[in-house]
Amino acid sequence: MMADTPQKTALIGSDGFELDPADETAIIEEMDHYERPQAACIEALKIVQRRHGWVPDGAIAAVARVLGIGPGEVEGVATFYSLIFRQPVGRHIVLVCDSSACFLTGFEELRHALVEQLGIDYGQTTTDGRFTLLPVCCLGACDGAPALMIDDDTYGPVSPADLPGMLEAYP
Amino acid sequence: MSQSIASQRESLRYRSRLMQPEAERHPDTHPLTWRLRDDGEVVWLEEYLRKDGYQSVRKALADGDPQAIIATMKDANVGGRGGGGFSAGLKWSLTLQGGDMPRGYLICNADEMEPGTFKDRLLMEQQPHLVIEGMILAALANNSCYGYIFLRGEYVTAGRVLNRALDEARAGGWLGADINGSGFDFDIVVHSGAGRYICGEETALINSLEGKRANPRAKPPFPGQSGAWGKPSVVNNVETLCNAPGVILNGADWYQGLSGERTGNGGSKIYGVSGLVEKPGLWELPMGTTGAEILDRAGGMRNGRQLKAWLPGGASTGFLLPEHLELALDFDTVGKEGSRLGTGLITVVPREQSLVALVRNLEEFFARESCGWCTPCRDGLPWTVKVLRALESGQGEAGDIELLDKLAADCGPAQTFCAHAPGAAMPLQTALKHFRHEFEQGISEPRTKAAEG
Repeated sequence: MMADTPQKTALIGSDGFELDPADETAIIEEMDHYERPQAACIEALKIVQRRHGWVPDGAIAAVARVLGIGPGEVEGVATFYSLIFRQPVGRHIVLVCDSSACFLTGFEELRHALVEQLGIDYGQTTTDGRFTLLPVCCLGACDGAPALMIDDDTYGPVSPADLPGMLEAYP
Repeated sequence: MSQSIASQRESLRYRSRLMQPEAERHPDTHPLTWRLRDDGEVVWLEEYLRKDGYQSVRKALADGDPQAIIATMKDANVGGRGGGGFSAGLKWSLTLQGGDMPRGYLICNADEMEPGTFKDRLLMEQQPHLVIEGMILAALANNSCYGYIFLRGEYVTAGRVLNRALDEARAGGWLGADINGSGFDFDIVVHSGAGRYICGEETALINSLEGKRANPRAKPPFPGQSGAWGKPSVVNNVETLCNAPGVILNGADWYQGLSGERTGNGGSKIYGVSGLVEKPGLWELPMGTTGAEILDRAGGMRNGRQLKAWLPGGASTGFLLPEHLELALDFDTVGKEGSRLGTGLITVVPREQSLVALVRNLEEFFARESCGWCTPCRDGLPWTVKVLRALESGQGEAGDIELLDKLAADCGPAQTFCAHAPGAAMPLQTALKHFRHEFEQGISEPRTKAAEG
């Protein structure tokens, strides 16, 4: 793959990225749900992200081509939404709820414990590429505050002492 | 991984639940939750039909009069449960239809992200068919050809449950072409988001649905005139839509009666409490139930703490005081106290909590979630955070509180495209009103009395 990659230039879409055929099919299927193909943009980026973990530069142009819109529009969307990642992230995403109910019930201790145990702060990834730590809007688990999400799993209430055992499940 | 760690992790998994057992919930009094199971498992189609599911759709299709659905909903006056409180029936009556008008879209706002709010999750995760039933009624009333459930991306379980329920509904003839032999076509798809609180604002939601950045649109035109792809579009919250089947089946008078003498706003409401109470949770109660009753159901403050203040319905509502606990929690009454009912899910603030720190946390949230479209919101909210941080650490300067007053006023209604900035201003303004002394304590060199004059 690397050997075939053309020289990287400043232009989006010039880094030899190719959409997986299955992903392209999935994106085209998504387009069917809407009056205009552009509406599948967010889902298309999520499809790319499910395979690659993040949205590489070249995927922007590739998605734009499938949707028939400009790469600038796709990039505008990719950079707007907090759960679309425009840089590599860890194998597991830890989303810590920092909204009011969690703030009032021990979010700060939980966050400090996570920062300490993972050795990273928000927006960073552990050196072994295992975890990326991010804040998230109210997770809607306020009766289980403080809450956090790891990948698709929501936990709460979580105390700092629960973290080691919980993180172990995500190799 | 050892067995014990796995089971420990399993026990920490968050599960949405209603605090009232099945024995306490009845069709006449708990239209939103009476079908829910004590074991918290999903009420799938077979059980849902056994529990009178889809009867309102059957009735509406037999009546064949969409205008009658709108009229009944209007009479029932179901205030929007996403927090706005706008009458769903009135909204539906304003949707353009007939003549050359193309059929439009029915959008269920399932982008639940208002801090302190966890009710729509329960309805979607455990009773998906009530959401679908409400959407079909709304589609009939508004002549919508297609429905979207705009679901926040983090609600993974809700997405899985809704998709399976949609398949069941299609197979059962409740969705798709010629529903129940009525000639009415309607289908629904789950559109899952990728974060950002602003997507819950109805015009930003429509932009997001169209695959764009979630910036709000100017109103008018309202979505009912020109929404998704320029078609008449209706955006209703999950809980709002879940109210429709009961209203259509039992009528507006029955709905009004649910709240008894408590309030002029009818119906029942999913109330809740979070924060440091003994038993945080959700209850379906008559509209107009007081904060005191709800707090009592939650077992009161945790470990004998004292209540200092509370938010009646999410981060974008105004702080109330303990003396307000006896007020009926409905749209009108709470509105008169300088706050809003919002989502009706209470957040309690204990006496030892610094209001400055809490408001800083709230404004950090609003600043981060601003879409950046309007200047007062994009630039004003981070500025409030900067000032609040200074006050919190005792580094405030003379004039900071007046500056906060001004920034909040600049974020008030009609200064921006949407309600994000006004929502951010409300907790700040009410905290400054009720707890000004706490903010003043953050000023390192308080002004003299003379300078203040």
